[in-house]
Amino acid sequence: MQRNLVLELDIPSSAEYIAIVRLVVASVAGARRALADERVDDLKLAVSEACTNAIEANHSASPTSPTSPTSPVHVEVWESPDRLEVCIEDSGPGFDPDKVASPPPFTDPERLNFERGLGIPLIRTLVDNAAFVRKRNGTLVRMTVFGGPVDGDDTGTIYMDVSRLSDPPSLDSGG
Amino acid sequence: MAASVIGSTHQDTHQESWRKGFRSMDLGLEVDESRQPYTVLAVAGEVDVYTAPRLREKLVELVSQGKHQIVVDLEGVDFLDSTGLGVLVGGLKRLRSHDGDLSLVCTRERILKVFEITGLTKVFSIFGSVDEAVSA
Repeated sequence: MQRNLVLELDIPSSAEYIAIVRLVVASVAGARRALADERVDDLKLAVSEACTNAIEANHSASPTSPTSPTSPVHVEVWESPDRLEVCIEDSGPGFDPDKVASPPPFTDPERLNFERGLGIPLIRTLVDNAAFVRKRNGTLVRMTVFGGPVDGDDTGTIYMDVSRLSDPPSLDSGG
Repeated sequence: MAASVIGSTHQDTHQESWRKGFRSMDLGLEVDESRQPYTVLAVAGEVDVYTAPRLREKLVELVSQGKHQIVVDLEGVDFLDSTGLGVLVGGLKRLRSHDGDLSLVCTRERILKVFEITGLTKVFSIFGSVDEAVSA
């Protein structure tokens, strides 16, 4: 099946850049795919959760030090005739998504001691398919939403590297 | 609400403008003390791992000032992720330990959905308006 890379983006492992990824991925999904606004919002939230995890993973891999800069988070968006895939890759030590501890049920008073651990269940719920791929140097989260293209010509691949801020791209172009 | 990403054309300030453009997605936090015994905290903007620490600090500050009945108004929130949920759960826990409570005002579908998916609608009292929340 034909699969095209439509967006490639590197962000520094810093929380302030997650908003950029949300904005850009939601813009691409909304502009290019026949998805209801609600689905775009779901994808946006899943992307935010995956980026948050990726940044945390990168920091645990290379604790902040002037001599060992933290790796960027790599984002790719791929299109096929029937789907959009968002891939978010870190360089962290990896984890087993099936072994992430679930918070206790909400009826348990202990539940209030769990302020975290909702990200991966959210990702799984919000997209049509979520794969967590353990790689040699990190983790790849691939999130798929099904939906055909918006009518129109292919406008090619957008390459952005926000980790090198010397040449910021313009988000104004292409609406 | 889209962030402004318009950068200066001046080379030396270009990077800073670019960064500031995204930083302008700041979190609004407004405290209203006119609904005693309730303190209403109106949150506006996007709550994620970058902005959530400010919400946490504000809640901690209010609790330390003895404000133990807090209504968090989420009507101005455009985006809320699990980090934001975590901060609200943390706030509720902190208040309960003082025999207080934290309730929410939220009618936006996309924000309510996050509470529904995570089951947190069973943990928080969620109201349709500040008036409802303070008369509950």
